[in-house]
Amino acid sequence: MNRYLIGRIGQALLVLWGAYTVTYFILYLLPGDTLAIMLSASGMEADGLSPEDLAKARAYYGLDKGIFEQYFDLLWRALHGDLGQSLSLNRPVTALLAERLPQTLSLAGLAIVLSLLGGIGLAYLTAYLQWRPLKVALARLPSLGFSVPVFWMGLLLIQVFAFGLGWFPATGSQGLASLVLPAVTLAIPSAAVYAQVLQRGFQGVWQEPYIATAYAKGLSRAQVQARHALRNAALPILTLVGLQVGNTVSGAVLVETIFSRNGVGRLAQEAVLRQDIPVVLAIVAVSAAAFVLVNLIVDLLYPYLDPRITHAAKVTRA
Amino acid sequence: MSKQPLIAVRDLSISYHAGRQATHAVKHLSFTVNSGETVAIVGESGSGKSTLANALLGLLPGTARVDTGQLWVQDIDVARATERQKRQLRGRVVGLVPQDPMVSLNPTLRIGQQIGEALSLAHGRRYAGVDADVKQLLEQVGLDNPALRARQYPHELSGGMRQRVLIAIALAGNPQLIIADEPTSALDVTVQRKILDHLQQLVAERGIALLIITHDLAMATERADRLLVMKQGELVEQGPPQQILQAPHHPYTRALLAAAPAFSTRRRPRSATPGTTPILSLEQVGKRFELPKVKGQAQHFVALQGLSLQVYPGQTLAIVGESGSGKSTSLRIALGLEAPSQGRVLFDQQDVTGFGWRAFRPLRRRMQLVQQNPFAALDPRFTVFDSIVEPLVSFGLLKGLALEQAARSLIERVHLPVSYLDRLPHELSGGQRQRVAIARALALQPDLLLLDEPVSALDVSVQAQILQLLDELQRELGIAYVLVSHDLAVVANMADHVVVLHQGKVVEQGAVDQVFERPTSAYTKALIGAIPGHRTPESHINQIAQIAY
Amino acid sequence: MTTATRPHTTQAAASAWKRRSRLQRFSQALSPLLRRPGFSLALLVVLFALAAALVPHGLTSFDPYATSPAEKLRAPDALHWFGTDELGRDLYTRVVYGASLSVQAALLAVGIALAGGLGLGVLAGFAGGRTDAAIMRLIDVLLALPGLLLALAIVTAIGFGTVPVAIAVGVGIIPGFARTTRAEVLRVKTLPYVEAARLGGASWARTLLRHVLPNAWGPVAVLATLDFGAAILATAGLSFLGFGAAPPAAEWGTLIANGRHFLITAPWVSLLPGLFVVAVVFSLNHLARTFEENAR
Repeated sequence: MNRYLIGRIGQALLVLWGAYTVTYFILYLLPGDTLAIMLSASGMEADGLSPEDLAKARAYYGLDKGIFEQYFDLLWRALHGDLGQSLSLNRPVTALLAERLPQTLSLAGLAIVLSLLGGIGLAYLTAYLQWRPLKVALARLPSLGFSVPVFWMGLLLIQVFAFGLGWFPATGSQGLASLVLPAVTLAIPSAAVYAQVLQRGFQGVWQEPYIATAYAKGLSRAQVQARHALRNAALPILTLVGLQVGNTVSGAVLVETIFSRNGVGRLAQEAVLRQDIPVVLAIVAVSAAAFVLVNLIVDLLYPYLDPRITHAAKVTRA
Repeated sequence: MSKQPLIAVRDLSISYHAGRQATHAVKHLSFTVNSGETVAIVGESGSGKSTLANALLGLLPGTARVDTGQLWVQDIDVARATERQKRQLRGRVVGLVPQDPMVSLNPTLRIGQQIGEALSLAHGRRYAGVDADVKQLLEQVGLDNPALRARQYPHELSGGMRQRVLIAIALAGNPQLIIADEPTSALDVTVQRKILDHLQQLVAERGIALLIITHDLAMATERADRLLVMKQGELVEQGPPQQILQAPHHPYTRALLAAAPAFSTRRRPRSATPGTTPILSLEQVGKRFELPKVKGQAQHFVALQGLSLQVYPGQTLAIVGESGSGKSTSLRIALGLEAPSQGRVLFDQQDVTGFGWRAFRPLRRRMQLVQQNPFAALDPRFTVFDSIVEPLVSFGLLKGLALEQAARSLIERVHLPVSYLDRLPHELSGGQRQRVAIARALALQPDLLLLDEPVSALDVSVQAQILQLLDELQRELGIAYVLVSHDLAVVANMADHVVVLHQGKVVEQGAVDQVFERPTSAYTKALIGAIPGHRTPESHINQIAQIAY
Repeated sequence: MTTATRPHTTQAAASAWKRRSRLQRFSQALSPLLRRPGFSLALLVVLFALAAALVPHGLTSFDPYATSPAEKLRAPDALHWFGTDELGRDLYTRVVYGASLSVQAALLAVGIALAGGLGLGVLAGFAGGRTDAAIMRLIDVLLALPGLLLALAIVTAIGFGTVPVAIAVGVGIIPGFARTTRAEVLRVKTLPYVEAARLGGASWARTLLRHVLPNAWGPVAVLATLDFGAAILATAGLSFLGFGAAPPAAEWGTLIANGRHFLITAPWVSLLPGLFVVAVVFSLNHLARTFEENAR
């Protein structure tokens, strides 16, 4: 087991390093003229500078070094907690992140809880009902959930619940009340995914022979669903939670923009608008780290849910 | 002992409705089962026996409808009962031992929990002594170390142990009737025999009635007090086993008897004409797999050890064994799909051991395979024509009109109509698909045909037809066969020579007469003894078979 | 079939089985589907969107860029089906013209994803071993980068506009295709009929082209349809955030973003285009699911 753990952690670190490298490649090497972008992000125009000033700027941004040297330099500093300086805001990126992260974490946390409750609840209900028309209608609901653009849903909810009914504030980052609408908006796509997968899971599980064995003991439908069907149908959900981290982060960018919240998501949007490369790199790296960490935990938790999974290697040919 | 029968079925008709189509699964069925009796319902697929089993438990799906008749279990008409009433019956009056033990237990719950659930239901609620009762039940059904087993999960137990657990679950509710659904299909023959013996013993001790649902006529005649033969939803014959065996009335019963491998006559075996060389021979072949380094477990897994055999042209060699015996491995080695760890493989005197794909390719024209599962052996997107001629196309042997001619003659050879060439696999039955697979294997006109359990996935009457076809092809074309099977009755009818494998080693080898009539190893004797219907001495079987004809 | 009747049967048989062409088989499978109202409606919506993408002027007579300040922020009525925006432009027309940008972007995105994902998936599934492991690690890396953020990075680097957005979204969808293709290839590779073909002398190339790919493409086609809808949503999201085509281009996301400011007074400016997007994506999902159910 220990061997497996070490292997898995190593794999996770490898993926994280890969993600950082790919993003670095995209941001620093893809553009035609990285210097011009960085200058405009800082509010200066490349054309208006003399060659000596350009050379100085180049040295300042660290762009005069060779590609690899630059890369390792950035990586080294990142590992030590220095994520660079925001070009447009002129503040250390680490400080910016530390400021904004709690907002996003609370939003994401509440959204994940809501999506799990909503998704699992909907699927459970759909599987339990036996009246066809309602069952079919509920079964289609998750698909509607994925068809709706997150940002549009946010606007709709603002229109109805903030402007129309006045129950919740439309914008702002303070207090629980301002967290509700954004969290619900963010939760909907994930809830749809969980509901869809669990519905399929139930459909599959109801056909299994051990369900017949359960009925033959004399259990009622409700008992069979709760004690036998759910445990087996819900197995894929844990893996999904790991994968949905990415979607949640993406959604957070849109949701925070609509609801004008001061989180990392809106920071990302602003950074892209101003082409603030170090900030974008830092945010992407941090969310990649979150993704990798959550999936690692999920992977390690899996054997506790499904007793058939043991982390053993397979038989090979001799 | 009550005078009223435990189960009384009167004029029962059940049909399934999908869209506008109605399938009549059970038609005007009437029979009774008394307490303590063992009754067997024998039928092939489509006979309605599974529908009947579900109906007795009140577990018919929503698409099923009871058209006429009544189904009395004790004093409740299950056909018209409410869900609550049916639930009262399940577990407490009627218990079920399901068909496939590998998938009939919840994989995420411990054994003890699953049995405990049945016990708690019988008592009405969870009670204090449930754990002790669980252990007691586990002991009664013959499991060692009950305390450990109760804590384990289903995937940690073997198939036979899981079947015993299912029996324990059925017994937990103290039922009056146990329905055993196809109790012989999923397990090895020796294991089956032990478990069924044990089940019958437990049932007799407690005075429980046993209803066996099966396609295996031989097993039914051996164990039941009374047999019911069903065909396409109708009851065609009823009576004690002796009567069914010696004086069957209905032509279908007679056909079943004739088709059952255990009862049919053995054809005259052929011996090798002196001087011919074997077309295939394996010399001291062994195969070992590396296992990952886990503490406390072996490093290697020996699938096969010291296997030597010869197959002569025009003859059939059968490799017999249960699961894990290495028979599939030996076939794959012969085909060149795997390289042996030791030993040599010679095809027509040529050493082909460890040949790569390219080197082996020319030999493929002379050696072909018919696979086990006819439902997955044909590409679902290929028409029958495409599937049959594919080997010819792969080797670039024929084109255009000649190709069509070849397809036509091949399909006629396996006795299928020419119009089937245009069909897709899902439009064919299992037996028909197997015929197509055989036609495909014959396309290159091989000298040797390897058959991996060619009939185990088919109904009994269809099995007989396919075996007959194979026999006919061998006589006409002089092809040698290597037949791998776990079913000794099939082997007895087809083979000239037999090799018996047990856990990778050869325990018996020789001409078929010798192996069956004078077996030397204990394992072979146990295997032969486990064949249903084979308990009686060999002469008695032939007597019965002759009468059946 | 006795020998006496042989000559007749061969002639009759020659015309009796005429191999049904693939097209015939396909249309035979399609017709019962068309009878289902849900399917037909979904197909209609998708075809309308495609028509809007290709020939927008055929569906509306207004000019999407013609401003008319006198008619600003009108509610939907008989003349302006979706109402007008803050510059008096007919919203329905803007939506229809926006289809061409958004649908094209989504097609480009899915095209990139298919090319990359299919290639990687087939390679990983077929080759196995180290190649498989290496490719899966690459996919893991791509997965670790959330779709929108990856898109943001790409857009930061190569600039804003419809094409960069499409490329960004496409790259983000590659992992899903690669994984699905790989899983299907692995599944089919071990099926008995593939083994039978190999034993019949078929080369790997023949096995791949004639057996593995045709049987593996089903779930991939379903995923492609689903992802087409997802690509529409993703490109709309990016243009909503301001990274799409510059105004006055009428991309759907930009339309919705525009209307944000008038939510209280004129909600239809944001909500109706969004509703249209929902209809198109939902129809695509419905089509995908119907295909999936049918393939089973």
